[in-house]
Amino acid sequence: MYKYSDFDAAFVAERNRQFRGQVERRLSGALTEDEFRPLRLMNGLYLQLHAYMLRVAIPYGTLNSAQMRQLAYIADRWDKGYGHFTTRQNIQYNWPKLKDVPDILDALGEVQMHAIQTSGNTIRNVTADHFAGAAADEIEDPRPVAELIRQWSTDHPEFQFLPRKFKIAVTGSPNDRAVTRANDIGIRTIRNDKGEPGYEVLVGGGLGRTPMIARVIRDFLPKADLLPYLEAILSTYNLMGRRDNKYKARIKITVFENGLDAFRDAVEEKFATYRSQFGGADQALLAEIAAAFAPPAFRNAPVDAYDAALAADAAFRTWAGTNLSAHRNDSHAIVTISLKAHGETPGDASSDQMRLLADLADAYGYGELRISHEQNVILPHVHKSDLPVLFARLQQAGLATANAGLLSDIIACPGMDYCTLATARSIPVAQKLALHFKALGLEEEIGALKIKISGCINACGHHHVGHIGILGLDRAGVENYQVTLGGDHTENAAIGERAGPGFAYDEIVPAIERLLRAYLAERNGPSETFIDTYRRLGPAPFKAALYPAEAEDRDAA
Amino acid sequence: MSRRYIPKVVTANDLVEGDVVYQTADDRWSRHHHEAELIEDEAHAQLRLLNASAQKQVVVGPYLADAKAGPNGPEPIHFREAFRTRGPSNYVHGKQEFAARENENV
Ligand code: HEM
Ligand code: SF4
Repeated sequence: MYKYSDFDAAFVAERNRQFRGQVERRLSGALTEDEFRPLRLMNGLYLQLHAYMLRVAIPYGTLNSAQMRQLAYIADRWDKGYGHFTTRQNIQYNWPKLKDVPDILDALGEVQMHAIQTSGNTIRNVTADHFAGAAADEIEDPRPVAELIRQWSTDHPEFQFLPRKFKIAVTGSPNDRAVTRANDIGIRTIRNDKGEPGYEVLVGGGLGRTPMIARVIRDFLPKADLLPYLEAILSTYNLMGRRDNKYKARIKITVFENGLDAFRDAVEEKFATYRSQFGGADQALLAEIAAAFAPPAFRNAPVDAYDAALAADAAFRTWAGTNLSAHRNDSHAIVTISLKAHGETPGDASSDQMRLLADLADAYGYGELRISHEQNVILPHVHKSDLPVLFARLQQAGLATANAGLLSDIIACPGMDYCTLATARSIPVAQKLALHFKALGLEEEIGALKIKISGCINACGHHHVGHIGILGLDRAGVENYQVTLGGDHTENAAIGERAGPGFAYDEIVPAIERLLRAYLAERNGPSETFIDTYRRLGPAPFKAALYPAEAEDRDAA
Repeated sequence: MSRRYIPKVVTANDLVEGDVVYQTADDRWSRHHHEAELIEDEAHAQLRLLNASAQKQVVVGPYLADAKAGPNGPEPIHFREAFRTRGPSNYVHGKQEFAARENENV
């Protein structure tokens, strides 16, 4: 794992010292809220509905066990004993007191973490495939490049006042698990005709008010050209992007309004200059960083215990079927630990759970952990012979829910339970859906399904790219939930289509049940997933199920 | 004819704790909605908001929220304001946590 250099450590310590002074001046009244707000946001501190919220970056979703223990310690010492993992691979603390935040930042600094650039019009925490360095389908580990981008973008003087926030995601596999197409810049590792690795660069993706799927700006970029090319995109956007209207300020609008070709021409022109200016220093740094991400020495041992447990234990078999993924080393597996126990808040982990996860990572996972954008925890490298005992220990702690990729593995934003911008709640909708379908016993039968819920148009819950998206709105002072269908978060990313009028809080779960019963009735057997069935049939049968009264009216007419 | 003015309360978040607070008629900040001053007049509401905004060392982000009279004092109208009087719905945290403790002590 990457370790802070002396420079990094001194930089973070200095920033924390400055922020401590800023908090003191705010508390003494020397700074007004208008003066303080941008300063606190630069350090990831928001004010939410009921309290402050501190957003801490988990760069490219990678944590070691010591960091996880520290996150648990912070939750106990200064918050309410839990943390919330988010779709952008951050952890949010929902209840810090303003006066404690400098101490929390120092505690984070002790384990080489911080909250810098988790807010504001800067380049945000770079996200990556949560299976990075482990996935069987991987061309290259995306994290060294993500770390390189992080070092380049952190405190980059030219990019501290961009027209708007800027999000970059990197994936090293053809199967996109990092939602690269919904980011301002998506970087996909690919091979060219000669078999050399390089990048497909995507630009202008984003959700929110105006959802757009990123488009290819460069179909093959040699690896060594990445930073100068990113610098060219950012500086083009910095000049061309609109600052007159917040809703038109993201790069997706810049690309859309100017046209991809004109935007690309401007980028290529700058790139020609920057390329020679970089002069290879970045590549020397990248080589150093890459060494820090060398995989652990994978243990070589028989996997009989795993095979035996698969044969003997039905619960283990079910969990293995949903929560394990193929590792590049045959005798290992990637373990997804679900933070979506039915009825719990998606993405929340208690401090006890965090400590247990850290212990399990040490015992069975080479000390490594990942946070996925789907709000789960990953143990990236577990020897198969350790899986039965790992499963047993997860079961004891209520962390063995076998639902990864199923209906109840829901992404939900904090919504109106926490967020000041929310127009409706999202967490209780996720809780009710999970409990309802568990009670019906239909979850396994329904199979692979992505439900994603946002509490307002900002789309932090990725509803646009959910197979079923749910958007909470305020309709004349009442919570109302709009359904979108057919979204896709993978390399085939697509924006879902609005199905029709929204549903009241009490109607949304029954509506989703009608929708999924229609799917069960229409599908060509259990191997045809919801999204495949939707693609084959189009929205009509699903809309008819969502709005039966209207269908009856039509029939009667 | 002008529409009837919807009564207001002045609400904000406490600077240090972040907790939701309400301005009372005797110029305190209460944690309880029902202790807020219910303001029935638009001009007076603006004055009270100015008064709140001047207290930069005490509260953050004061604004006027719609409210109505109830048996124990002002009650929120919009569901967002109702949530702010309680806390989140997924855990007994925030104001409802204190309310639960107070009830235990009875
Ligand atoms: C309560 C704190 C939060 C606030 C104030 C907030 C605010 C916002 C805003 C204003 C946007 C729209 C940005 C734009 O269109 O330029 C946005 C987008 C987004 N937020 Fe949040 N958010 C919060 C919490 C979260 C959480 C908890 C997550 C993860 C679960 C998250 C993930 C995202 C993502 C992925 C987007 C991307 C949508 C896009 O591509 O534009 N946010 N957020
Ligand atoms: S989608 Fe809206 S409600 Fe949900 S976290 Fe984002 S800004 Fe808040």
